[in-house]
Amino acid sequence: MTATARQEALLEVRNLDVRFKTAQGEVQAVSGVSLDMQAGECLAIVGESGSGKSQLLMACLGLLAANGTASGSVRFAGRELLGSSERDLNGVRGTGIALLPQDPLSSLTPHLRIGTLLTEGLLDRGLATRDEARQRAMRALEDVDISDPAARLRQYPHELSGGMRQRVALATALMCGPRLLFADEPTTALDVSVQARVIELLRGVRDRGLGVLIITHDLGVVAGLADRVAVMYAGRIVETATTAELFRDPRHPYTAALLAAVPRLDDSAQSRLQGIAGDPPQPADRFSGCAFAPRCDYAVDACSVQRPELRSIAAGGGTVACHRPLAAGAAAEAAT
Amino acid sequence: MNALLRVESASVRYALRGRGLFAPVRHLDALRDVSISIPEGGRLGVVGESGSGKSTLARVVLGLVRADAGRVLWQECAIDYDDAIAMRSLRREMQVVFQDPFGSLDPRMTAGEAVGEALQALAGPVPSVAAQDRIIAALAEVGLGAAFANRYPHQLSGGQCQRVAIARATVSRPRLLVCDEAVSALDVSVQAQIVNLLHELSERHGMSLLFISHNLAVVRHLCDHVAVLQRGRVAEQGGRQAIFGAPQAQYTRDLLAAVPRIDRQAVE
Repeated sequence: MTATARQEALLEVRNLDVRFKTAQGEVQAVSGVSLDMQAGECLAIVGESGSGKSQLLMACLGLLAANGTASGSVRFAGRELLGSSERDLNGVRGTGIALLPQDPLSSLTPHLRIGTLLTEGLLDRGLATRDEARQRAMRALEDVDISDPAARLRQYPHELSGGMRQRVALATALMCGPRLLFADEPTTALDVSVQARVIELLRGVRDRGLGVLIITHDLGVVAGLADRVAVMYAGRIVETATTAELFRDPRHPYTAALLAAVPRLDDSAQSRLQGIAGDPPQPADRFSGCAFAPRCDYAVDACSVQRPELRSIAAGGGTVACHRPLAAGAAAEAAT
Repeated sequence: MNALLRVESASVRYALRGRGLFAPVRHLDALRDVSISIPEGGRLGVVGESGSGKSTLARVVLGLVRADAGRVLWQECAIDYDDAIAMRSLRREMQVVFQDPFGSLDPRMTAGEAVGEALQALAGPVPSVAAQDRIIAALAEVGLGAAFANRYPHQLSGGQCQRVAIARATVSRPRLLVCDEAVSALDVSVQAQIVNLLHELSERHGMSLLFISHNLAVVRHLCDHVAVLQRGRVAEQGGRQAIFGAPQAQYTRDLLAAVPRIDRQAVE
């Protein structure tokens, strides 16, 4: 995530701010976010509710609510998306960047058959004839392991199970051959066994050379899928690292605390979990210093005065926004 | 051993409407011959995927759904859910916390009023000074200061709302708390706080838990016994060590294998 990407980045976000005008005044949901993504890479954005992770996605696609504005720069394959016309954006949505939304039931139009949902993107854009579109829809369903695709095309979303709906939504997202897939909490509403299958499918999508940007609060999903991770807190990225590094050596106290708070199946079965005191901040909250300082065990006076900037640490390419980052190996020691 | 709560061979069958007006009525067996028991002070986790019948089991225990067969025993006496007077005193001993922290509180009531309402309903008329003390004490016990008594749900975070819901449920000192996915909607950092809180309350007051969850790891941290439900049947039940250390049923093994691991070795 350095400023000078060697090859042209598939997605390049610079200093993205997202603000909403509300009755209570202006609320800043995303502040100064920069990130780069290459093709064939899966980046996970991790954060708790209100951290701004979903609004970051929506801003990239030009899908903010009417009271929202985005500033900064979002370039997809070299094209600036912020401030583009609806017409230009529609040339990117679906065909360039596809979105796999969170809730598979509400994201599939209920009165349309699966066949219509799958093919409308291709047909509306004139990218295929009816027959071709139908053939491709059947293949797309097979790709996500849905049996008897011909029969499925005639069914309605409510006739499918939750896991199958999510796979249909994935097939739909991939129909127009996007280069980048945005997945917003794609496993949240699913049972663990179905969740494991969806993770596997998303890994397959990445291995086919697409960029996959996944938004999640579930660190287990991150471990199974992502190459790199960006941790968000109160609208800002507070740490970036490769997935292996982040789990082995979290450097931001928030990341370390988040990892420690996850109940696991593989640790000693002590009954007390390590929660983080206090609550995640709301987008309307304002902080003069580090937003995590009020909940941080390591905070000193300076933390609530001056906001730490994201900076490189060590050679691994990771970055952290903290005045007092944990030393390498510190979190591993604390855990034992 | 005497159980505080025992469910014996409970079965629940829901009728599903057919596609047409005269289509035959189909049935869904939500629970089939399910038996569980919780000793005084015990914490039973019920896990399973959606449709496994775990919420139906909670509803049967609470009397929100009637079992078609089988019975529920409280201190080894069968509960008659139609006996309004007996149910009144049972409700004092058996309370519930649901999943949705905002949805389970009345938006027009402050946290203090919500807890006070539960107190009046369960403990009968309490002199207002004493009631106020008990409300403050109940909120303090769930980690909310006296200032929270005057806040409305929309002024609270999800975790704080869930604390109010727990205060409301525990103000009458129930002996069993039924938690139906009570921590599932919370952020990880807050979920850990609430799991710890439930554990503390259970230990401090000897309060039993019937903890319904799809999250196996949370159950492993909180409960001492576990029942695994699969399509309405108990696939396996036993002590925590046995279920997580040496699962016998294939279904339990599959469930455990599907949980994504985040141990440091797994990602390298």
